[in-house]
Amino acid sequence: MSTRRRPIVVVLTLLLAGSAVVALAEPTPARQKELIHLVRQDCGSCHGMTLQGGLGPALLPATLAEKPAESLVATIIGGRPGTAMPPWHRFLGEDDAQWIVARLMEGFPK
Amino acid sequence: MKHPLQSLLLGCALVVLAACGTVPLRESGSAVQLRGTGDLGLVIERASGHVTLVNTSSREAYARIGGLGDLSHASVVYSRDARYAYVFGRDGGLTKLDLLEARIVKRVMQSGNAIGGSISQDGRIVVAQNYTPGGIKAFDADTLELLSEVPAEYAPGKFSKVVGLADVPGNKFAYALFDGGEIWVSDFSDPKKPVTQRFQAGQQPYDGLVTPNGRHYLAGLFGEDGIALLDLWQPGKGSRKILEKYGRGEEKLPVFKMPHLRGWSVAAGRAWLPAIGRHEVLVADATTWKETGRVAVRGQPVFVMASPDGRQIWVNFAFPDNGWVQVIDTLTGQVVQTLQPGKAVLHMEFTPRGEAVWISARDDNRVLIYDTRTFRQLGSLPAEAPSGIFFTSRAARIGF
Ligand code: HEC
Repeated sequence: MSTRRRPIVVVLTLLLAGSAVVALAEPTPARQKELIHLVRQDCGSCHGMTLQGGLGPALLPATLAEKPAESLVATIIGGRPGTAMPPWHRFLGEDDAQWIVARLMEGFPK
Repeated sequence: MKHPLQSLLLGCALVVLAACGTVPLRESGSAVQLRGTGDLGLVIERASGHVTLVNTSSREAYARIGGLGDLSHASVVYSRDARYAYVFGRDGGLTKLDLLEARIVKRVMQSGNAIGGSISQDGRIVVAQNYTPGGIKAFDADTLELLSEVPAEYAPGKFSKVVGLADVPGNKFAYALFDGGEIWVSDFSDPKKPVTQRFQAGQQPYDGLVTPNGRHYLAGLFGEDGIALLDLWQPGKGSRKILEKYGRGEEKLPVFKMPHLRGWSVAAGRAWLPAIGRHEVLVADATTWKETGRVAVRGQPVFVMASPDGRQIWVNFAFPDNGWVQVIDTLTGQVVQTLQPGKAVLHMEFTPRGEAVWISARDDNRVLIYDTRTFRQLGSLPAEAPSGIFFTSRAARIGF
């Protein structure tokens, strides 16, 4: 997984919080593969590899259904201070996080 | 009843087994070779629900067993005869394996979401710790029949995830409540009627350990800087906090994976513990529990493991530094070696007397074996997304 530093993304997230999600370009197929690996393995260390929950809550379509996508994107990018959910903006761009949330909400690919 | 000889491993069949996977070893009619288990162990293959059984003398795999469910966060304890492994899976599966016959003896689904377990001092009770529903459950080590359970209800109607379960002398188990902020000690002298004592711990204990002598229980705290310490010899004194404010008010670095604590952390009279949100190993005197130093390391430590002789501490790290391993010399308190064994190093396990360490590199699908004196790689084994490595030497240790 390449380390991506994108300070702009953080600014964007702050702007985005509360407003509608601006549709960004889809990650490339190669990047999508990396993201699937990251979510299953590294998010999985807290949310479970099957995303059924662990130290962090389940990230399944049923558990996320009622939650606004943009707030989930903001959680991924910025983390949740005071909880164990860390910010991922060093590794994930807005487009990546949006793609992840969309996939989580429909059932995450294997 | 099977004839005992039937259960014994045939040395010559090892090679065959390695090739044919889960085929259990049965009587073959040829010369039966007696076999101990002291140099055996297993490697969890987290993605596929398999375990690979290994021999630390020949540094080879001798069998592979599937059908263990979700092993994405698995842990293992051994029966006191070191023949049976109890594998606790994330999906709540509890599987008893026979290392000699290389087969599953029994498997039960004990809860919805588990993270580990432990075995009692007398070897008769296996206890699982669960996230949902939060609590611990005790099983008969022979039959895996449920004996009793202690729901982690820390306030009326409020259940906590349980972390850091460890056996302590007196057929007791100590554990911590992540959501409840407490340490509980349950006495299973009467396995069907456990008696539980509660102690304040602090904010969000994320894991715990018992010192090798069984006297102190330490719970690492995620929600505050510090570690809760309970003297199990003097529980009346309650728990207290050590290494308080080790963060010195500085902003925490993000923690991309929770550290793990287990009872290897005491070496050379000091406890070596992962800091949270700092790239440091914290060092405390194991008598006074005062901080004696810290060691700057490559990333957020996950496992901080003392070699059996206590001379070295091996440290691996959370994402994104999980390709590194560092070795601290306990005499000087300095990092003496930095290794890059492979991609996504998840776990390390020392051979019983510590001449070698086995390291799992998940994303390389390999287990690497290193010489602890020369730091040379001695060999490696293939394994699919390997995570935990567990050798039978754990059978005789307090706190596992
Ligand atoms: C170190 C542990 C940890 C890791 C690693 C982690 N999370 Fe989380 N995550 C949490 C916790 C704990 C929460 C719940 C926070 C709270 O209490 O509000 C959470 C919450 C979330 C939520 C909000 C869920 C909801 O129902 O509101 C999302 C979405 C999420 N995480 C996605 C991710 C993704 C994607 C990754 C990997 C890129 C990841 N997490 C990695 C611990 C973690």
